[in-house]
Amino acid sequence: MSFDSYYNEMYLADGSVRSHYRPLAEWIAGTPAEHIQQLRQAAHLLFHRVGITFAVYGEEAGAERLIPFDILPHIIPAAEWRDIANGLRQRAKALNAFLHDIYHDQEILKAGKVPSERVLENKQYRPEMAGIDLPGGIYAHIAGIDLVRAGAGEYYVLEDNLRTPSGVSYMLENRKMMMRLVPELFARQSIAPVEHYPDMLLENLRSVAPNGVENPTVVLLTPGQFNSAYFEHAFLAQQMGIELVEGADLLIRDDTVYMRTTAGPQRVDVIYRRIDDDFIDPQAFRPDSMLGVPGLVNAYRTGRVTLANAIGTGVADDKSIYPYVPEMIRFYLAEEPLLNNVPTYQLRLEQDLAYVLEHLAELVVKEVHGSGGYGMLIGPASTEHERAAYRQRILDAPDKFIAQPTLSLSTCPIFVEQGIAPRHIDLRPFVLSGKQVMMVPGGLTRVALREGSLVVNSSQGGGTKDTWIVEN
Amino acid sequence: MLSRTASTLYWMARYVERAENTARILDVTYRMSLLPKAAKFSDQEWFAPLNITGTLYPFSGRYSTVTARDVMHFMALDPANPSSIFSCAKAARESARAVRGNITSEMWEVINSTWLELQHVTEARLSGERALAFFDWVKDRSHLFRGVTVGTALKDGAFYFNRLGTFLERADNTARILDVKYHVLLPSVEDVGGAVDYYQWAAVLRSVSSFEAYRKVYRDVITPVKVAELLILRQDMPRSLHACMDEAYEIFQMIATRYSGEALRRAGELHAALHFGRMDVIFDHGLHEYLTDFLGRLTELGSEVDRSFFNVAYA
Repeated sequence: MSFDSYYNEMYLADGSVRSHYRPLAEWIAGTPAEHIQQLRQAAHLLFHRVGITFAVYGEEAGAERLIPFDILPHIIPAAEWRDIANGLRQRAKALNAFLHDIYHDQEILKAGKVPSERVLENKQYRPEMAGIDLPGGIYAHIAGIDLVRAGAGEYYVLEDNLRTPSGVSYMLENRKMMMRLVPELFARQSIAPVEHYPDMLLENLRSVAPNGVENPTVVLLTPGQFNSAYFEHAFLAQQMGIELVEGADLLIRDDTVYMRTTAGPQRVDVIYRRIDDDFIDPQAFRPDSMLGVPGLVNAYRTGRVTLANAIGTGVADDKSIYPYVPEMIRFYLAEEPLLNNVPTYQLRLEQDLAYVLEHLAELVVKEVHGSGGYGMLIGPASTEHERAAYRQRILDAPDKFIAQPTLSLSTCPIFVEQGIAPRHIDLRPFVLSGKQVMMVPGGLTRVALREGSLVVNSSQGGGTKDTWIVEN
Repeated sequence: MLSRTASTLYWMARYVERAENTARILDVTYRMSLLPKAAKFSDQEWFAPLNITGTLYPFSGRYSTVTARDVMHFMALDPANPSSIFSCAKAARESARAVRGNITSEMWEVINSTWLELQHVTEARLSGERALAFFDWVKDRSHLFRGVTVGTALKDGAFYFNRLGTFLERADNTARILDVKYHVLLPSVEDVGGAVDYYQWAAVLRSVSSFEAYRKVYRDVITPVKVAELLILRQDMPRSLHACMDEAYEIFQMIATRYSGEALRRAGELHAALHFGRMDVIFDHGLHEYLTDFLGRLTELGSEVDRSFFNVAYA
């Protein structure tokens, strides 16, 4: 398969460089290859020394890896970004409105726009949240909305991450690394800054404190240092100047949350939690969780503490709900969606199932509740044997699967040993919702490092790049 | 500040200091082992580091004889020995990682890169003249950590718990190093006050970087009483028990909470005994007995730190 069939972020079909990549192309042409190799090594060493790592599951306890970093940035013209940002804002608003609605009056279900059973029978739907009013009506304070580019360059939303999306620390560290390694590139182009993300996040978290709290104390709740994203938890807590707490550091008294300090218990008002719903409170959810805080959900329900993100957001980023997001935008905002959804076949529907089974070799099939790139079938890259096995899994429980056309994801050049080569990418912008919807320009660009691979997840051999929004 | 964070910072500093002092203990033993002695005493001084760190028992379970090579390996690189330099560096690094948000990037980088570099240290680095260079490297990394701490960290609670760990651990280790001399036998009774005795005391001084200070302060030959005075009672000697407790007592005052009265009282008691102590009384009591008693009281103070700050039973 030739890469020419994909939208190339940097080059036009005739081989000339797109205008927003021209300063970079000139820099590459004017820089000796050895120097660029040295920069790559320097980046590797620096990341190692700074300890920007993620833990890998299934290996020796505490094993840490670096996420490979590619020094060629992913560049987006500012005008294009403005359209994307409007689309993201619209989507985040609709998703929050949806979450508020399904835990209150369920208008969208009554209107028949989303099938009730898809929501109410979903494991991620939390009946505990019904009727609870949250500050500002916000559920997904931090959303990571994954975008890809396909075909002739149209953007598609691949998925919404509304639980505990991660990766923002890499966005920030990648920028720091680029400014350190190639400061001259920042002089050639006007590149929108992203460094204020932690301030924006803190402001956002403070804006959703329980009513009447003047000067809220915000903490970041982590599962602990063996979690794959621990580096990010520690990093963000430090950048925001807030305490990084573990479950055992918190205690509940009279439905109020306190942290154990050397000077006694101190009240906590907002918890930026990076622990999944299932593990956050052994009294409310999984009783075997050692990570959570017993009694937290009760305290939360009384409104004496804010959790970000809220409990029960997973129902809105579920792959079985994804097909309905455009409908949510029309229903709550009376607007047409600005960003495309990927056409999605729901295998619980008979005619969709029949079509998908006919076309397995062309489609991507995903588990409805899966994430992280695990457990999917990429039709064009699969063997007949794999398809036969997957077909059986589908037939056993069709409602557990969705299917989408295999998108010809855009490519962006990366440095490899032999020079530069195109690889598939996606982009995860981070959308913050509080008093208002905010985001820093760009996001985290993930890149599939293996030639031809479409999987960008870091757990599956993906890398990252800096993302530049540039004024032309 | 968060109790868990305070505890982790305190232990991080203790592990760094302990790694340094283990290097110092090995350094003094190595220097003593180079002194002339009768063949029947060969390697006898290598019992000393095991005795004073209380690790003779775990050692004997893993090695059959007490030799320079085995003791150095056990105390420097053996991951099965929780107080080896290797284990201390690992524990310090794990602690630092757990409190990344409460230390400066520079502090983290020193601890992290020390740990990364230590992965490549093999036993070859512990033989002959390379051993002393290795001990120097360990000491340098520890100096660097403290320098970076003082030079970059905000003087808040995190800083004070870090420093408290440093000084309590250092007091403990200086007492133990001074006690090495008790455990290293002289070839015979006639050697008391002789050349070997002199060189052994000089080695103790060198191991705590106090040889030059001794000359400056006393302008005299090296005598046991003065060495002990320098390392116990001299307030201006940075590794002396008095200096360590000066710092620790001041920190206890800075971090005092309504739960920490007993810790402050015990620290004050220990400090006052050093501040108003006299050398002749200590020697009448017996130096070894004095040091043993001091170490016991320091351990009690450590338990009180835990009760007062880290595992507070809130009323």
